[in-house]
Amino acid sequence: MENKIEARDLHLYYGEKHALKGINLDIYKNKVTALIGPSGCGKSTFLKSINRMNDYIDNVKITGQIYIDEEEVYSERVDTTILRKKVGMVFQQPNPFPMSIYDNVAYGPRVHGVKDKKQLDTIVKKSLDSCVLYEEVKDRLTSSALGLSGGQQQRLCIARALAVSPDIILLDEPTSALDPISTLKIEELLLQLKEEYTIVIVTHNMQQASRIADYTAFFLSGEMIEYGQTKDIFSLPKDKRTEDYITGRFG
Amino acid sequence: MVRSRFEIELKALRTELNKMTYLVIEAIEECVVALKTQNIELAKQIVENDIKINQMERAIEARCYSLILKQQPIASDLRMISTALKVVTDLERIGDQSADIAKIITTLQGDSMYRMIEHIPDMARVAKKMVKGAIDAFNTNDLVLANQVVMMDDEMDEYFIIVKEEISEHIKSDIHNTDIGINFIIIAKYFERIGDHATNICEWAEFKTTGSVNEHRLL
Amino acid sequence: MNQSITNKKKRKKDTVALVLIYLSSGFSIGLLLLILGYVAFKAVPYFSFKYLYSTTSIIDHTVGILPNIINTLYLVIVTLLIACPIGIGGAIYLHEYAKNQKLVRIVTFANEVLAGIPSIIYGLFGMLFFGVYLGWGFSILTGACTLSLMVLPIITRNTQTSLETVPKSYREAALGLGTNKWYMIRTVLLPSAIPGVLTGVILSIGRIISESAALLFTAGSGVLLPKGLFSHLFNSGATLTIQLYLEMSKANYENAFVIAFVLVIVVLLLNLFAKFIASKWDVSKVENNGK
Repeated sequence: MENKIEARDLHLYYGEKHALKGINLDIYKNKVTALIGPSGCGKSTFLKSINRMNDYIDNVKITGQIYIDEEEVYSERVDTTILRKKVGMVFQQPNPFPMSIYDNVAYGPRVHGVKDKKQLDTIVKKSLDSCVLYEEVKDRLTSSALGLSGGQQQRLCIARALAVSPDIILLDEPTSALDPISTLKIEELLLQLKEEYTIVIVTHNMQQASRIADYTAFFLSGEMIEYGQTKDIFSLPKDKRTEDYITGRFG
Repeated sequence: MVRSRFEIELKALRTELNKMTYLVIEAIEECVVALKTQNIELAKQIVENDIKINQMERAIEARCYSLILKQQPIASDLRMISTALKVVTDLERIGDQSADIAKIITTLQGDSMYRMIEHIPDMARVAKKMVKGAIDAFNTNDLVLANQVVMMDDEMDEYFIIVKEEISEHIKSDIHNTDIGINFIIIAKYFERIGDHATNICEWAEFKTTGSVNEHRLL
Repeated sequence: MNQSITNKKKRKKDTVALVLIYLSSGFSIGLLLLILGYVAFKAVPYFSFKYLYSTTSIIDHTVGILPNIINTLYLVIVTLLIACPIGIGGAIYLHEYAKNQKLVRIVTFANEVLAGIPSIIYGLFGMLFFGVYLGWGFSILTGACTLSLMVLPIITRNTQTSLETVPKSYREAALGLGTNKWYMIRTVLLPSAIPGVLTGVILSIGRIISESAALLFTAGSGVLLPKGLFSHLFNSGATLTIQLYLEMSKANYENAFVIAFVLVIVVLLLNLFAKFIASKWDVSKVENNGK
């Protein structure tokens, strides 16, 4: 199994606060990896470190390394534009731009220089198809994305991320704001997508992690406590803290 | 404490399991007494009490299904609840075996042959020890104890062979002993079956702790 | 526990409050209608469309406000041309790029103070700096520059507020797709902030049109028609409001009322236009079509 993303002794500080404490983690290619843990444990922080979204927060200090395909993410020579083309991100609240559905999906490719209308049309259709959204919206591609339902909006955000052909997709609690049906549709989608992409998902929903993740990492207070195959983590966790968390014995 | 309702319900489940175990062991003990004293009234009582044991099986099953539905248990909680489902089946069978033994006792006509079959009381003793041991191992996750109980099954099998031979002798010596002899063999067989079920309970005890049965990973 | 629900009581305090509310709104609406009605009533006898396209000339014996209308337009357009880029650009800098938050707070506060300074002071400054020191004298350019100083805080403040209301999630989404900051501002932030920017612009236009004190000493009171598009900037030019002031000071109340009437219509049209533009450009409305 290939390592797609590697974290080596990663520390992150928000000013005085030591948010990530020496994270060592290998995330495998074409697998779904779930990051679980109580609120404030650092899982979202870690996720955002992978595509350097933490750069935009003041007073952030990072030591240690993250490698993607063996290239160091925090090196001086890294172009964050290319990095974020390679690593897409989907957020907790669906956040389509206040533009048409077409423009939303085409936004990414346009950023990276695609101007030809035919090319954009193909990309938009393909991305929306991948998210099983095309059939639902093909008659209103020019209408505002804000008119879609929550579940559709989130699938649109995934399509938007796919439009730039990333290798990796990061999702930060993508279904926590959605109804159960939309949630299941998106889980289905992620299971299909992992054939082509490496997926890392932060989730609070234990059942979701056990349904879709191949590997799960448990974070607590900035440390990574346990990492392994999901079936092991959820049936025979090695660390008592993991067991206590997943069985709901503490927040 | 988080999930306190769940904890309370788990505790209730364990309590109910222990109650059922108590009833089952009581049935075995009463069988031994009824045999010894040829107390037909007591034997009838044992048969009636089996209804209670069957009801408890259903009640505990219902509890387990409700917990699975409402609480989506995982890890050790899931193993606890799923093995509870399995164990009550074995306990109920043990109860049935005791009731069947009691039914036979009611047909015995104050025969003295019992005094000649020394080893049936031994089998009863081992059966009771195995059941108690199995449940203790289950409750306390004591795999060493579980192993010991499984070993006792060999003892049980040996006793059965001895009893069979003893009874054969008695039948050969006097053809009028055939009927009662056959009954006692059946009784011995039931005790042996009780031992088998106790062994099953030990397997579930192993699963509850390790997620594997006989080295086969199930969960 | 057994309270009946069909016991509808009249609550005295609510009734009193309701009456007061009705009275106040009646009063304000009534006052508005009174002023508008009075102006219209006074102006209509003297009004004819000829006013709108003629000039006032003693030689030709005509009275007209065409030059005033043109001057007003000039002043609005040139002032906005100066103030908008600076104001919007400044607001973007303050909101997006400024590292020193203390500086941002000071500048924001200064803007709020500036917005409340009496316009005559701007007039004084403008006259002395643009008119005398730079030598532009009484001219539309002087007036426009002065007014742009006056409306700059309004535009900056409104743009800033509007940028603050754009959801952070848009920004995150854009950055997550690999944009650099300026691209994100240009394609996502600004379009979403347009309603607020427009509010600032419309407030500014209102201020420009209604300005009298500041313009009196800067743009002057000229009533000549422009001879050249660009050269007119250096002529003095009276806006409608200034002309109104002048007519009042000469006790030409008929003319004054006509101009007042025209001004009211202009303001009304302006507000309607503003509403129309705002709804057309509002990206958060769902019925809009994409580009």
